[in-house]
Amino acid sequence: MRHEQIETNSGLMLLLILVVISIGGLVEIVPLFYINETVEDVKGEVRPYTPLELRGRDIYVREGCYLCHSQQIRPFRDEWLRYGHYSLAAESQYDHPFQWGSKRTGPDLARVGGKYSNQWQVQHLNAPRSVVPQSIMPNYPWLLQTDLDYSDIVGRMRALRWTGVPYSVTQAEYDRNVKTFGKATADLLDINQAQDNLLKQARDRDFDGNPSRITEMDALVAYLQVLGTMVDFTKYDEGYFARFR
Amino acid sequence: MSDNTLNTKQKTGVVQTTGHSWDGDLQEYTNPLPRWWLWCFYGTVVFSILYWFIYPSWPVGKGWLKGYGTVDYTITDKATGGTVEKKDQHWNTRALLLEHLSEAANDPKRKEMLAKVQAATPEQIAKDPQLMEFVRSVGKGLFGDNCAACHGQGGQGVVGLYPNLTDNDWLWGGSTDKIQETITLGRKGFMPAFGAVLKPDQLDDVAEYVLTLSNEAKPSEAADRGKAIFQGQVGGCYYCHGADGKGLASMGSANLTDKIWAIVDVPAQKTLQDKKAQIASFVAKGVNNTRIMPTWQNRLSPTDIKLLAVYVHQLSGGK
Ligand code: HEC
Ligand code: HEC
Ligand code: HEC
Repeated sequence: MRHEQIETNSGLMLLLILVVISIGGLVEIVPLFYINETVEDVKGEVRPYTPLELRGRDIYVREGCYLCHSQQIRPFRDEWLRYGHYSLAAESQYDHPFQWGSKRTGPDLARVGGKYSNQWQVQHLNAPRSVVPQSIMPNYPWLLQTDLDYSDIVGRMRALRWTGVPYSVTQAEYDRNVKTFGKATADLLDINQAQDNLLKQARDRDFDGNPSRITEMDALVAYLQVLGTMVDFTKYDEGYFARFR
Repeated sequence: MSDNTLNTKQKTGVVQTTGHSWDGDLQEYTNPLPRWWLWCFYGTVVFSILYWFIYPSWPVGKGWLKGYGTVDYTITDKATGGTVEKKDQHWNTRALLLEHLSEAANDPKRKEMLAKVQAATPEQIAKDPQLMEFVRSVGKGLFGDNCAACHGQGGQGVVGLYPNLTDNDWLWGGSTDKIQETITLGRKGFMPAFGAVLKPDQLDDVAEYVLTLSNEAKPSEAADRGKAIFQGQVGGCYYCHGADGKGLASMGSANLTDKIWAIVDVPAQKTLQDKKAQIASFVAKGVNNTRIMPTWQNRLSPTDIKLLAVYVHQLSGGK
């Protein structure tokens, strides 16, 4: 084909440009769909979020917490010393979308679960400067005042199931979850019990310190408290995870 | 384009044109690329090929080419507790991190000092000025990253919420060993709510008695009635706070006989009446599931925790 033919036919040129630039993208993206050896085998320790945690995650995304906080600890010495074990691919395998990020106006939150008490989290989200005087994080006072809307939790879980997150609807899926995660966790991942599970977790754990209401704060704190806590790193030799890169 | 802007090469036809023309006379030269630019380009091609050989690169099937580059590192074997030397792990950032952590040449001073902290008793550390300087500088960083959000940057705490670690008054014991235990396992303050057990005037009496323990109030008839509640079966306060009210470190119960208040902000109240009201309302509510000191054993290494214990201990003067 001659140079001139392409240059004088803009439809053809457009088509060929698309072909050329999509090669770069395809080479980078397509292999990710079938390489599964990069996701570390952590023996079913990482489970999808419970309904309450999932709503908390939605609020995290809604409030734009990711604009200041990353959730990915890099395998560097300084991060290791400050935040703990680097993040694994397995730990965000059920996140859609993941919250890795690189914007760190505030600290990384990948392992913040269990670092502070619920009470501290509530007070800090409500008014950060009441516990950390020099903080520049905004106040989120409405979280304590707004009742959690969980009417659409079933739809949210179904949508995630559609992307491959192992929430169960059928008996076969439930049995599969019992096998992978154990019965207690499989019950939490059962979409048919979603509302009951959400209400039970919020009432039993009372994250926001106000047992009479289920607020957005309950959900957000439930989410923050589970971050980075699922894998028990004492079970693995340090070298184990290096094999997956 | 006017003729006099052409250079000699162009004028003499040494430089070719692309061969086509637009709008009748608009032509395009094909000047050769500068040589230095070409060599840079070839260089990057060679570099990328070397890169593919050394580092993990192309996806193949379900895996990927690992490359010929290797990393050696030393780790602790979890099963035996011994050290394992891993040779020739294919190059990747995780293995590189382990190499950085284990390499003797990396940060030797810090490693040497940490080993000393690990080996020494708290008393030995306190006596060694060089070690104490290390503890203060590293401890400050660890405290800032992990503890300051609750206890404050300097450890001064928040009355009612997070204890002051600089006042040498301890709920759970102030020896370095006890502090180390506190940090390792975490603590949970618990005191029953007496609102349903004691009537308002009984709460008032027992509050008055509590205030006599630290000489905030003078002995009175009300205080005597309060004493009977405190020391008797009705209140049973003595069971946790001790008959002398000095508190038991094993329960984390507060010393009620000194002027330092961890929860009830007595010093901030001006009148005796207000002080009493504050104590009575606290005793009615108690503490349950609110004052939680998290556990750090899964987050910090035993040596870091020991170092922090020495650091916290010296915040209050190190007695
Ligand atoms: C404007 C940027 C900003 C935004 C937006 C923001 N934060 Fe922060 N955050 C910070 C900064 C700065 C700190 C460190 C100071 C402090 O502790 O308050 C912080 C600290 C934190 C911490 C304590 C982390 C630690 O390890 O000490 C948590 C938890 C947290 N933020 C959660 C959130 C959540 C949840 C949201 C969304 C509702 C949010 N942040 C939104 C800036 C931000
Ligand atoms: C979530 C907030 C929080 C964080 C973070 C925290 N603490 Fe505490 N800490 C507390 C609370 C609350 C208590 C009081 C527990 C009680 O009431 O018995 C406490 C108690 C203590 C005590 C015992 C005080 C006494 O009087 O006996 C020590 C020592 C201590 N913390 C040290 C630390 C150190 C060191 C760190 C960092 C590794 C840390 N704390 C992080 C909340 C926190
Ligand atoms: C089950 C044990 C227990 C019993 C019984 C108990 N306390 Fe306590 N008390 C505690 C503990 C533990 C704390 C410290 C709580 C903390 O740090 O979270 C405390 C704290 C206090 C404080 C706050 C001290 C300060 O420094 O601010 C007062 C006042 C007090 N108790 C009074 C009483 C009185 C009066 C009674 C009896 C009516 C009583 N307590 C019974 C365990 C007990």
